[in-house]
Amino acid sequence: MPELIYDLGAPGRRGVQFPAPDVPLAELPQAHLRRDLPLPEVGELEALRHYTRLSQLNHSILTGFYPLGSCTMKYNPVINEDTARLSGFAYAHPLQPTSMVQGSLAIMYHLQEWLAEITGMAASSLQPAAGAHGELAGVMMIRAYHQQRGDAKRNKILIPDSAHGTNPATSAMSGYRVVEVPSDGRGNVDLAALKAECDDTLAGLMLTNPNTLGLFEEQVVEAIEAVHAAGGLVYGDGANMNALLGVCRPGDLGFDVIHLNLHKTFTTPHGGGGPGSGPVCVAQHLADFLPGPIAGIAQQVSESEAPEYDWVMPQHSIGRLKAFHGQFGMHVRAFTYILMQGAEGLKAVAEHAVLNANYLKARLEGAYKVAYDRPCMHEVVLEGRWADAPDVHALDISKRLMDYGFHPPTNYFPLIVREALMIEPTETEDKATLDAFAEAMLKIAEEAHNEPETLRNAPHTTKFGRMDEVKAARQLVLCCEIRPQSTVNS
Amino acid sequence: MSKATQTGYAGSFIPHTEAERAEMLRTIGAAEVSQLFAGIPAKARYPKLNLPEPLTEMEVRGEMESIAAANDSTYDLVSFLGAGAYSHYIPSGVDSILRRGEYYTAYTPYQPEISQGTLQAIFEYQSLIVALTGMEVSNASHYDGATALAEAVNMARVIQRGARKKVILSPGLHPQYRATVHTYEHGSDIQLLGEDLGLSAGPEALIELIDEDTSLVAVAYPDFFGRIYDYTALAEAVHAKGALLAVSVNPTALGLLRPPGEFGADIVTGEGQPLGIPLSFGGPYLGILATRQEYVRSLAGRLVGETLDNRGQRGYVLTLSTREQHIKREKASSNICTNQGLMMLAATVYTSLLGKQGLRQVAESCYHKAHYAAGQIGKLTGFSLPFAETPFFHEFVIKGPLPAAELNRRLLERGIIGGYALGEDYPGLEDCNLLAVTEVNSKEEIDFLIESLKEVTRA
Repeated sequence: MPELIYDLGAPGRRGVQFPAPDVPLAELPQAHLRRDLPLPEVGELEALRHYTRLSQLNHSILTGFYPLGSCTMKYNPVINEDTARLSGFAYAHPLQPTSMVQGSLAIMYHLQEWLAEITGMAASSLQPAAGAHGELAGVMMIRAYHQQRGDAKRNKILIPDSAHGTNPATSAMSGYRVVEVPSDGRGNVDLAALKAECDDTLAGLMLTNPNTLGLFEEQVVEAIEAVHAAGGLVYGDGANMNALLGVCRPGDLGFDVIHLNLHKTFTTPHGGGGPGSGPVCVAQHLADFLPGPIAGIAQQVSESEAPEYDWVMPQHSIGRLKAFHGQFGMHVRAFTYILMQGAEGLKAVAEHAVLNANYLKARLEGAYKVAYDRPCMHEVVLEGRWADAPDVHALDISKRLMDYGFHPPTNYFPLIVREALMIEPTETEDKATLDAFAEAMLKIAEEAHNEPETLRNAPHTTKFGRMDEVKAARQLVLCCEIRPQSTVNS
Repeated sequence: MSKATQTGYAGSFIPHTEAERAEMLRTIGAAEVSQLFAGIPAKARYPKLNLPEPLTEMEVRGEMESIAAANDSTYDLVSFLGAGAYSHYIPSGVDSILRRGEYYTAYTPYQPEISQGTLQAIFEYQSLIVALTGMEVSNASHYDGATALAEAVNMARVIQRGARKKVILSPGLHPQYRATVHTYEHGSDIQLLGEDLGLSAGPEALIELIDEDTSLVAVAYPDFFGRIYDYTALAEAVHAKGALLAVSVNPTALGLLRPPGEFGADIVTGEGQPLGIPLSFGGPYLGILATRQEYVRSLAGRLVGETLDNRGQRGYVLTLSTREQHIKREKASSNICTNQGLMMLAATVYTSLLGKQGLRQVAESCYHKAHYAAGQIGKLTGFSLPFAETPFFHEFVIKGPLPAAELNRRLLERGIIGGYALGEDYPGLEDCNLLAVTEVNSKEEIDFLIESLKEVTRA
């Protein structure tokens, strides 16, 4: 049980020294000064040892297999970390004149172009800070599109029952009524139910493809055509784009807008929960609505010379979604990654992501029920339950996996699968790792029947056991007790 | 250009050998990988992508170095540009922690037993933000200062159940933050007021706009022009009408200035970039979002709380997730799903390393240097300090004898990144520049600026 940073240190200790001001001192604004600054007083070694030890309590991609479904926990190349820290990028101020930051604008311009090419779209904006932020951009663009056409009565968005929670939350934030569409027996959006909602109040459909069951929507073209015929637009949630890189472009299927998660598909690090980056790519008829400004070409004198880049505000832009230009450090990382893949490399990514998921499916089916039994894409959804082991739940299986050294899959999602275990191995894991994981899962399936107690009390070998989440929510403690030190400077 | 064809496939980071691939396909019962994609409509399968040929790591490093070299950044030049993103010294210890794979290759700590590193770091971050702001609760961070302000507007709506329709935005809030609020609120029934108030008017001018329909009043501290106001009277007026006060802060300034919790803020937002995060051309940065205990259930984003594990050890978990989109779906108060985890960690390590004395010292150093620079510029022929009667922190406005953009162009010829030209955001201030001075600017640099200002404006 590590101490808290506030438990360490001693009065007067400090971790870093700064030079004394080399200018004459000005009078401080006495009326505005704080009496006390209750921050830690720790030494440099003490602080770094503390945060190093804390790090060792994390499971991470660099320390072990992390098949967290829907999150695409693949290897984050370390070269990305170096390129993002090049001084020309790391020390560039976002408000410098564009003539001084042509390198940054070139990165953004080419990444915009490449992401549009990869998704089969006409244009893109890198401004959204995360996937959910990209969704917000997409739904706002759909709204702006209808408004600009004077089509005011469209007030509902269709969302399949397998969708991520961000989809309905985003639609509601944009003032839309959410209508949930059921899934059919093969794990597709129910086409008949979808068509029944396609009327002149339809603003659009939010569709994740492959969907959160890890399945390619078999009637995706028909679904999109039905929405288009009713005058609606189709938003693609690109969370699962790792399955389609170089294999299928959402734009070619008829999607009007899609966001990408650079932190999933394009190997920018997940960072313990962020920063994400959620660029949004659109078909031609939505290009004028993109959040901006975006990077554009001001002029190009000749083919052989680098063009001059500048900021461009799309004509009917929904506006600015955050300060400055998006998560630029993540743009550099994604740019680096795409440069190392090329078209063939990206295709290989999708193929091996799908190969790995189907391999795990083949190794585990039988011992586990596959929620929808047809070839999966980049992830497979199993049911973590057995009729003859009624006391064992997906949660227990997840916790037991930790004893075998693995991060659990996503569990209890999608909501339409009972005791769901959503497993996404990604393309960067080798066969030996998949086999070890499969062996652990098979062993756990046996344990579920023979010694269910072992599962229900798991994990056993980790440094921490199951947490009392009810206590955390009922007796809220959300920060350290910060000792008042009101004697200082008073 | 070379392809990494070692395994028979282009592309990097895929470990499969040909033999393994064949064995896996046998297990699956497929003859080739393409069979697995049979469900994709044939006409949309295997498009030809127009992308550059792949590079190896050695090649890509060279390529990226040459693109980065096309930037003239604050690394190469003397800079007095701030306006929401600030040059500060970042101790080596910060990045040494950020580069630990245990942190940067983990995700949201859904499984607390094997995520205590991230969870405790967030808990400590929440504590440090509470200490800095004087508030009672901080979330695990938001995207940036602009989106945190937009969430504050949303939060006020949630707290008041949509009953109040007016939000007053001080013209002293960052123009891009206000623009972001406009984007978020487009099409909502919220009316945004106050931005056209005169820039010389203080918080009193905002008070006059408050009525029974006011949901939120939002101000900046220090404001966009660097000015420090006492918002005590404003807070009282806001609360007298049953509205809420949001204060957008610069955390470096809070090393010196009274925390907003002390003068009645209900929500504190801010840009956390000054806390150990590189400029990085505008992101990723860190959104600060803190509030009072009574509003915790209306707070957007992740929250970490303390608890015990089943062995009696203290530990941390994500808590109050019933507020969030993955539980409440369309009834959630926000759609946010991530936080700025790694930037949160940078701020936590930076603030811990500097600590009680270090942050105060940095804040004072910024203050003294900015005041030295302002004092010298104020004495120059043709220059004035339009807002100098109000106390300021490390940023101030100068009015010169030339259009600000032209002045900056001439400074740049001498290797100085001047300030932020205000004319585009504030019509009427075409001759005004916003300058920021921090601890990284030496007296020599400031004196060079003064000399250069003299020379480039000499008739």
